[in-house]
Amino acid sequence: MSQSLFEKVWNAHAVRELSNGQTQLLIGTHLIHEVTSPQAFGMLRDLGLTVKYPHRTFATVDHIVPTQSQTVEPFADPLAQEMIEALRKNCAEFGITFFDIATGHQGIVHVVGPEQGITQPGTTIACGDSHTATHGAFGAIAFGIGTTQIRDVLATQTMALGKMKVRRINVDGELPPGVYAKDVILHIIKRLGAKGGIGYAYEYGGSVFDDFSMEERMTVCNMSIEGGARCGYVNPDEKTFEYLKGRPHCPEGAEWDTAVERWKAVASDPDCHYDDVVNIRAEDIAPSVTWGISPDHGIFVTESIPDPANESDPEKRKSIEEALEYMKLPAGAPIAGTPVDVCFIGSCTNGRVSDFREAAKFLKGRRVAANVKAIAVPGSQIVDTICKQEGIDRVFSDAGFEWREAGCSMCLAMNPDKLVGDQLCASSSNRNFKGRQGSPTGRTILMSPVMVAAAAVTGHISDAREVFEVENAAAVA
Amino acid sequence: MALEKIVTVTGKAVSVPGSDIDTDRIIPARFMKCVTFDGLGEYLFYDVRHHEDGTPKTHPLNDPKHAGASILLSGVNFGCGSSREHAPQALHKAGFRAVIAQSFAEIFFGNCATLGMPCAAATAEDIEKLAAAVEANPVLEVTIDVEKNRVFFGDDNFTVNIPDSAREAFLAGQWDPIGELLEGEANVANTAGALSYMGA
Ligand code: SF4
Repeated sequence: MSQSLFEKVWNAHAVRELSNGQTQLLIGTHLIHEVTSPQAFGMLRDLGLTVKYPHRTFATVDHIVPTQSQTVEPFADPLAQEMIEALRKNCAEFGITFFDIATGHQGIVHVVGPEQGITQPGTTIACGDSHTATHGAFGAIAFGIGTTQIRDVLATQTMALGKMKVRRINVDGELPPGVYAKDVILHIIKRLGAKGGIGYAYEYGGSVFDDFSMEERMTVCNMSIEGGARCGYVNPDEKTFEYLKGRPHCPEGAEWDTAVERWKAVASDPDCHYDDVVNIRAEDIAPSVTWGISPDHGIFVTESIPDPANESDPEKRKSIEEALEYMKLPAGAPIAGTPVDVCFIGSCTNGRVSDFREAAKFLKGRRVAANVKAIAVPGSQIVDTICKQEGIDRVFSDAGFEWREAGCSMCLAMNPDKLVGDQLCASSSNRNFKGRQGSPTGRTILMSPVMVAAAAVTGHISDAREVFEVENAAAVA
Repeated sequence: MALEKIVTVTGKAVSVPGSDIDTDRIIPARFMKCVTFDGLGEYLFYDVRHHEDGTPKTHPLNDPKHAGASILLSGVNFGCGSSREHAPQALHKAGFRAVIAQSFAEIFFGNCATLGMPCAAATAEDIEKLAAAVEANPVLEVTIDVEKNRVFFGDDNFTVNIPDSAREAFLAGQWDPIGELLEGEANVANTAGALSYMGA
């Protein structure tokens, strides 16, 4: 019988049914970082348990690391220092591979996994982090878990989980110039809602995804959780294999060939059943930005901020009012022209080489507007190295961006990179929740890296197609 | 690994009334930057228990007569907001072993269950009656009978609701999945053995 990738992977990893009806699911690959793992190791010790399959857990440090003089320890924040040391100790004690700062392979957990070839098709991946679905870009079933589940995976390499339904999301056609993967996912979230994916795994497909690079697929899968889906994936294809070939944790020689055969077979069968199907036309998507405090508060940059007066549903009206009050944005006004204070390019959504390369293309020979603080934070040390080899870092710094060291940085501001007061940030990250970027009144507008670059140059939210004179700009949206 | 069967929870109760008490109120976000849950108990309800300068406010949990309470009483939708496990952990580390409220947020309920901390739903009247009895006599012994879905105190008692799946898990000593997951060790080895990427 034909099956979706989700079903094939689920069945291959289902150990047995538990008494509460959930499945004991084998987690092939476990990724950990410094913020959510130490408590789990504590629980493990409390119970007198050990790590069952230490070679299947991989660690990195990303959330709390400073992005300036990272190699100088102790860090200014003693708690950050304590967290990195706890991770070092736990990894050493249990024999877990740790991509620590000194290895040159450190970075955001969702950038490091694929980079190292740890993320592979047909596997299950869990991490104590809600953006784990990023790894789904390779045809893995990957999802975020809580602290107790980290403990469960450490102790047993399994966890208890209820099976999800599968929604296929087709994006067909051709994206207009100046429209990026980030716009695609912001559009999907706007269309299906921030809670629309609860209980579902999202399978992304269609010609747009076929054409996408691996990094673009990662951008979309990354934000599945913003649409309510714990897990999102793209079926593996030649691009997937090409990306993985030769990476440190991938098989080699004859084993590589067998692996590719296996990976091909795991893709969804053409006539398999989906619990739901959504079709989206690529031509309908334009550069997108958020205007509110939930990732589904999205509009095209050419549109106006919603006016609660035009909303008949009282609940929606209230939520628009609350969002606008927090965002201090005028109802009904065009979003373009909104002044920005900070511009941030980075995060596990858009902190990879192609993101910086694309933005650099347009930043070359331009200057960040006066009064705008702009920072570029590579997603990993390897991203940093490649950007430096290509001279991308210099394009950024010549334009007036600060080029930083690898980490999560201002995506959630657990390190020193924070908004101040009610600063407004044009951000390539994934969450625009109240206070997300480190100031309780700080404001976030999500967009693609190229749109952040445009905002940086003009000092306000701008249509990058106009600012950078992208070909055919007039013909789209 | 056999877990304790939770048939009854007995102890002193304390009332922290209010609706929609969210996880942020239970444990403010800034205390999440920690490497262990151990110290979380002292930050339970920190911002409602303390002035900005850190001096204690008048709050039932600061009142010495309620010291050592292990059953928390509250209102509607207790534990809503973010799904952080720090909130139930803070309650547990502060010595609480059960919560009686009008209703609970789902994820919070599940996280409490995993700690062996039953969340029992009751009517507003019954909770008020119990809160009044506790106020009058803070050392009153309160027992939640998980098996019978009832709360007993003094000469009085009332019905509570703990959903069947959770109740059975408490009674069977399977409230934390770790026990059952560990028992499946041989099955896990089989499943892992069939997957080449799991190799040593
Ligand atoms: S970059 Fe942001 S979303 Fe991604 S792992 Fe770090 S904090 Fe989480």
